[in-house]
Amino acid sequence: MASFKIRISFPEEKIKEPIIYKIGHEFKVVTNIRRADVREKTGWVELELNGDPAEIEKAVESLKTKGVKVEPIERNIIE
Amino acid sequence: MSRKSAVSDILKQKIKGLKCRECGKLYPPVALHVCEFCFGPLEVDYNYDEIRRHISRERIENGPKSLWRYADLLPVEGPPTVGLYAGFTPLIEAKNLGAELGLKKLYIKNDTVNHPTLSFKDRVVAIAITRAMELGFTAVACASTGNLANSVAAHAAEARLRCYVFIPGDLEAGKILGSLIYAPTIVAVEGNYDDVNRLCSEVAGEYDWAFVNINIRPYYAEGSKTLAFETAEQLGWKAPDHVVVPVASGSLLTKIWKGFNELKMLGLIDRVDMRVSGAQAEGCAPVASAFKEGRDFIRPVKPKTIAKSIAIGNPADGYYALKAVHESKGAFETATDEETVEGIKLLARTEGIFAETAGGVTIAVLKKLAQKGIISKEETVVAYVTGNGLKTQEAVINAVDEVVRIDPSLDSF
Repeated sequence: MASFKIRISFPEEKIKEPIIYKIGHEFKVVTNIRRADVREKTGWVELELNGDPAEIEKAVESLKTKGVKVEPIERNIIE
Repeated sequence: MSRKSAVSDILKQKIKGLKCRECGKLYPPVALHVCEFCFGPLEVDYNYDEIRRHISRERIENGPKSLWRYADLLPVEGPPTVGLYAGFTPLIEAKNLGAELGLKKLYIKNDTVNHPTLSFKDRVVAIAITRAMELGFTAVACASTGNLANSVAAHAAEARLRCYVFIPGDLEAGKILGSLIYAPTIVAVEGNYDDVNRLCSEVAGEYDWAFVNINIRPYYAEGSKTLAFETAEQLGWKAPDHVVVPVASGSLLTKIWKGFNELKMLGLIDRVDMRVSGAQAEGCAPVASAFKEGRDFIRPVKPKTIAKSIAIGNPADGYYALKAVHESKGAFETATDEETVEGIKLLARTEGIFAETAGGVTIAVLKKLAQKGIISKEETVVAYVTGNGLKTQEAVINAVDEVVRIDPSLDSF
């Protein structure tokens, strides 16, 4: 079992999509939301993905194709 | 410099631990940066009662001529072991630039001459690596395209630690020379910036390394407070009326605001009646645009600017920087690439200081704030210039005059 903390940022057109629900069904990962701020025009969710490393990898790749921004919890590390 | 002059020796209890900025949960002072409960960022929790009993202007003034004179307010437990000469850079009264901008009391805090790698990163890295060694680490790491990499590699060499620097694979060789010379292991990651960010986050979780801006970040970030401490001391123990600070991750601005307020809380300065304004490049202005649009959240952007050292599209501390600017009733402004180059040239022409692109942004923004009357001419203003122009010469190479060519004869002259 591995875990990876991520932050997902939603553009306006993706706010209504149940993206987190979907990756929980498409891959063998447990999604565990800790903090979020979702509004009409934007939103972000910070959550932990738990599961097999390969499944986490696939879930993250899938999130990227769903039109949201996926980053590690630290966001931009390159300074 | 004698190591005994680092004044922290009798203040072993000054750090209580780490504290979540969001939910307040407490943690021991180890290499940890995210709250396990709410995922909020962790900050150093000081024992201010203990610090207050010992600290005084005199004690600081008798300390070393480096940032370690403020060791009582820095998150290390023993004397410094690396970066002994970082900080205490000149605060220059910029009369010529002030005259051009119509500001009577303008100062430049000149971190272009920080030791040893000529940027403000020498402050944060001196603290981060001293703390990392206290915590028993033998390897340090960072992800950087410039200033941070230079500083981590140099300090790791001094401390004889293994050093790993992660860079995006498409970064030009010339950019990394200033780091390679210190012989770290440089890992060029084939991927874009997002890929590098993600890999580093995973590496920091898997390896027992002190990743200065990941698991050591709570300590690392505190080093920026010394820019506020020095400014106050150099002004004769008072806060200026207005400061202008470049914003990348947002940490620098947040910590400068915190630094002045700490001095006030401890009675070292009388008041903080100061506005803090942020400077961003127009091509990467997620915090400035939130301010201008009246938003309280940061919308990530894709950076496109010559000011690469401050090009952070989704800044982790952007929210806190925005909050500090609101609290202090400051403002945000942005500078285009052209204005940035003009800013670099203006500072060089008037004050003889060659700043890198982030400094150009800061000076351009200072100029705009003065022109708009947001900074008034009677105010004591400090602009933070955080890196040396020799590092980003390509930005101005086509913007300087040609040399005058002559034959070696008086006639020709």
